[in-house]
Amino acid sequence: MSYLTITDLQKHYDNYHALRGINLSITEGEFVVFVGPSGCGKSTLLRTIAGLESSTGGTIELDGRDITELASSKRDLAMVFQSYALYPHMTVADNLSFALRLAKVSDAEIQEKVRSVSASLQLDALLERKPKELSGGQRQRVAIGRAIVRQPKVFLFDEPLSNLDAALRVQMRLELARLHKKLGTTMIYVTHDQVEAMTLADRVVILNAGQIEQVGTPLELYRKPNSRFVAEFIGTPKMNLIPADKITHKADELVFDLFGHTIHFPAKRIKGTQPDSTIVGIRPEHLSLVEEGGDLTGRIELVEHLGSEAYAHIQLLNDQTIIVKAAARLELKDGQEVHIKVDVDEIILFDDNNKVISVIPEEA
Amino acid sequence: MTLNQQRKLKTFITGLFAWTIALILFFPIFWMFITSFKTELQAISIPPSLFFEPTLDNYSEVQERSDYVHHAINSIITSFGSTILALIIAVPAAFSMAFAPGKRTKDVLLWMLSTKMLPAVGVLVPIYMICRDYGLLDSKTALVIIFTLMNLPIVVWMLFSYFKDLPKEILEAARMDGATPWDEVVKVVLPLSMGAISSTALLSIVLCWNESFWSLTLTASDAAPLTAMIASYSSPEGLFWAKLSAASTLACAPIVVFGWFCQKQLVQGLTFGAVK
Repeated sequence: MSYLTITDLQKHYDNYHALRGINLSITEGEFVVFVGPSGCGKSTLLRTIAGLESSTGGTIELDGRDITELASSKRDLAMVFQSYALYPHMTVADNLSFALRLAKVSDAEIQEKVRSVSASLQLDALLERKPKELSGGQRQRVAIGRAIVRQPKVFLFDEPLSNLDAALRVQMRLELARLHKKLGTTMIYVTHDQVEAMTLADRVVILNAGQIEQVGTPLELYRKPNSRFVAEFIGTPKMNLIPADKITHKADELVFDLFGHTIHFPAKRIKGTQPDSTIVGIRPEHLSLVEEGGDLTGRIELVEHLGSEAYAHIQLLNDQTIIVKAAARLELKDGQEVHIKVDVDEIILFDDNNKVISVIPEEA
Repeated sequence: MTLNQQRKLKTFITGLFAWTIALILFFPIFWMFITSFKTELQAISIPPSLFFEPTLDNYSEVQERSDYVHHAINSIITSFGSTILALIIAVPAAFSMAFAPGKRTKDVLLWMLSTKMLPAVGVLVPIYMICRDYGLLDSKTALVIIFTLMNLPIVVWMLFSYFKDLPKEILEAARMDGATPWDEVVKVVLPLSMGAISSTALLSIVLCWNESFWSLTLTASDAAPLTAMIASYSSPEGLFWAKLSAASTLACAPIVVFGWFCQKQLVQGLTFGAVK
């Protein structure tokens, strides 16, 4: 059953339409990540759920209650901000207990809760310190602790890890995942980092220009994107997109002409009418370098070695560069001519409107 | 020249520059102070004498002629009273302008500042007449009200520029934590702004203490603060420089000592917003 339901949510600024009819339902205990490029409306959506921004249309329902017009302070949501937003004049202990004191919880209960939260976040030794005496990671933990201690209905995270350095970010990401497992509380998390989205989320909501582009589990989005936008946004390195010059329709297959090369594609995988033009999408790991033959040829422009694997940037005959995942041991020289094999099963086709027109076959 | 020498030279030159400016600014106060220990004759002698036998006669004469404590109390009441009143009005005003600005907030702020550009003498007659009609001439109430109005734009601006720099997320975090607007002000904004508020108050007190235009025109004796007392020493019978200096030294002394103790706040108050 839906716990948080958003129906046709609209947000207009003076002459800017920030949220264009958002419909979304989130079940209790889910970890949902809003992701998208800057300016897509993900933070606005989160802040509207929080009540920090007012909506200009639509409704938000939480646990069976309409909260669209309710003040932030009465929504029973907790939020962790990008800047942590700790109270600088209060100690860690006071930061943690601020909400409880406002709610007039008894002193004994406050002490007990602060103690257990600070123990679980390893903040025990820091309780008497002021925020300015803490490191970035410690501040982050206080901010999270301040949210946990209240036991809210939903946690809202607004890019909480983007101020941390890379190593700490990975560590905190794991801690957040653990925390969600332990608490089982509904969490909504905003980020522009698709890796964070993929690793944390039960479900990812991809936003683009104030609208939901696609909602799904991380794997669904990766394997079955609805649009070119989603396909390009999810996955590093990006999906290769090669426009087909010509399509020849045969009995049960389509033949794409990619500047001299041909690729055969089973016609039954096309949704709807057979297309006259298409863009072929293929991820780097579904391309491989072969000694001879192959479907495409090109020249190596540069190779990125990551240790466990390598990404070869290869210039095709039409001067387009594609990325191919290769084994790390493979000896690759710049300028070398290579043959590339395409895993046709993994090809995704897009039409002129950047919508997906093919389906990936069910795995055997 | 090595880099190190260059750096030293740079420090020396900036130091010299700072000291020069500081001495120029300090000189009048220093001159007033030593003149207060001269005889009237020494005070006007040319060339001025730096070395002389100091005398306390001027101070005893000032004490005989005017009631220093009475004027000092008037100064304290008017400057502190008007500062408290100004803060009571300015804190909520600056808060709402900083955290809930409307389309016209900027205009209101500029308009407030523009009133400081009006020469005070331009409103002398109407204000004098209002005070006369309400029986407020030579009353501390009138001075408190006038000082409040005089400093309100500066107080609002200083608080506004401080509040504006407070991270909005902190207030939003409080709101998410269940704080009402009243809680936000009392439990978050005010404790965070104690430094800004006290330095603003200090500046306002100093400005009121030094105010002489309205004190001279609106008071005679009962409500006359120290500035009015000093002015009484430049009399038509001639200038008594030594006694005038003694009176001025007495008038300045409390605020200088007060300012000295609050130096840190004052510097912070004049520069906050400029440096983060």
